[in-house]
Amino acid sequence: MNPFATAGELLAALESGDVTAVALTEAALARARAGAELGAWLHLAEDEALARAADVDRRRAAGEPLGALAGVPVGVKDQIVTRGIPTTAGSKMLAGWVPPYDATVVERLRAADAVVIGKLNQDEFAMGSSNERSAFGVVKNPWDTSRIPGGSSGGSAAAVAAGHVPLALGTDTGGSIRQPASLCGVVGLKPTYGRVSRYGAIAFASSLDQIGPFGRTVADVARLLGVLAGPDPRDSTALTSPVPDYLAALGGDLAGLRVGVPEEYFVGGMEAAVEAAVRAALTQLEGLGATLVPLSLPHTKYAVATYYILATAEASSNLARYDGVRFGHRTRDRVSDIADLYAKSRAEGFGDEVKRRIILGTYALSSGYYDAYYLKAQKVRTLLRRDFEAAFARCDVLATPVSPVTAIGLGERVDDPLQMYLMDIFTIPSSLAGNTSVSVPCGFDGGGLPIGLQLIGPPLGEERVLRVAHAYEQATEWHRRHPATNEEVG
Amino acid sequence: MEIDIRHVARLARLDLDDAEAERLAAQLGQILDYVAQLDALDTSDVPPTTHVLPVSTPWREDEATARLDREEALAAAPEHDGQAFTVPKVV
Repeated sequence: MNPFATAGELLAALESGDVTAVALTEAALARARAGAELGAWLHLAEDEALARAADVDRRRAAGEPLGALAGVPVGVKDQIVTRGIPTTAGSKMLAGWVPPYDATVVERLRAADAVVIGKLNQDEFAMGSSNERSAFGVVKNPWDTSRIPGGSSGGSAAAVAAGHVPLALGTDTGGSIRQPASLCGVVGLKPTYGRVSRYGAIAFASSLDQIGPFGRTVADVARLLGVLAGPDPRDSTALTSPVPDYLAALGGDLAGLRVGVPEEYFVGGMEAAVEAAVRAALTQLEGLGATLVPLSLPHTKYAVATYYILATAEASSNLARYDGVRFGHRTRDRVSDIADLYAKSRAEGFGDEVKRRIILGTYALSSGYYDAYYLKAQKVRTLLRRDFEAAFARCDVLATPVSPVTAIGLGERVDDPLQMYLMDIFTIPSSLAGNTSVSVPCGFDGGGLPIGLQLIGPPLGEERVLRVAHAYEQATEWHRRHPATNEEVG
Repeated sequence: MEIDIRHVARLARLDLDDAEAERLAAQLGQILDYVAQLDALDTSDVPPTTHVLPVSTPWREDEATARLDREEALAAAPEHDGQAFTVPKVV
């Protein structure tokens, strides 16, 4: 089977009996092992995956009903807990932890008869934009292994781009699905806040975190989103609105569609190749029947500052649970009291970026500074939301770049946190507003590195952004290009 | 922008060595200088956003459901006595 076959193609081949789930699972595991130098995988759950695949084959042979992804290999970001499969969130703090429960999305994957083959590398606790912040090694970009894959879901994007698996789960707090999707040339969607249950997603910033799908085509992402989305009694922020058939929403032209083009997303500091590719994509959307609506999201420039107060404040609270008592790393040093046990365990277990964010967040919430930082940022968040509400009164979707740059070199910005944060300037605003956004491939720079187009919709606008992304994808060939693999396996 | 990094680290229950404290203080000062641009916005009449969507807490039937049993809950603990999590003697 072609390693770049889509989930849709694999499902057809499975249904017609051309291939078995066991064969697909073995091939995916073989590609993941052969591509180990990318660093995308933290753990391969070979025995469990093969047993599940065999069960799917047996039930298919017996004519039993099967789920929507029956027999399709899937990778899961290590931020998402998996019962019986080690889960680290890319942190030494959780090295060796085997969770006693499944995230809701993992239960849903299993109910859909998907085959989870393993766990994907990421920046520690999802804090990073380059995947250089994993305690277990960097992930490399499959298009150029001297470059970052983006982050924090870098392993998910790289494994899908390299053809190890057709589908993967990531999490997105300020761009952690869309930015690596863009930098690796795949499709990644951040659902509306609340569309997908967060139960079992290791918490980073609870008012922003969302789990979402990666795939190589828009249709595959739509298919996977349909499996993940929906209410959950274990997450009170999971929306109860009915889940539409996202796959059925695809198709048709874009006649009458109003595409907003915010001037703040085309600014100095952007790479010329990125701007050119995104502007060409806008022209192409016009060619498909859409009307471009120039507009302004005036508070965009405040988004990164707002985000780094709110997200770090929430993180400082969420990460308080890592105390070396109930699970996770505990210091072996002699301690003087219980506070010392906490402080030493946390100092040993957390990496630099996580410590930086915990300290910043603790400071922003501390007595005397709360109003100046946290409350102020919450108010600016309201202004950012209002920007989008006003924009969506005038247009149906917004089209923007995902990242101002293509994949930078490994190590290039690792010592400059602020410059690294500024890479997220185009993905953070819609996270703060709770919108849905998708990244879809829209070209390559002179060095052959992928560029992504971001389509932003209003809350619960998933069908709309997927339909626009699909129409664009069908009119272009970008998604048919794949990075060279070292060897063709399976 | 200067912050008392030792005080904040104590609040966060995070030991820092001297080199770490110095580096973090410099980086955080730089980040807070960047954040200071928010001061340019007049937000006196703007309500804060705590949740992007209206959140209500739905009711469910008051029924007992499956819980993690003790053995599973203790399995990942750095140290336990079969009944409870244990910590080094501190008094």
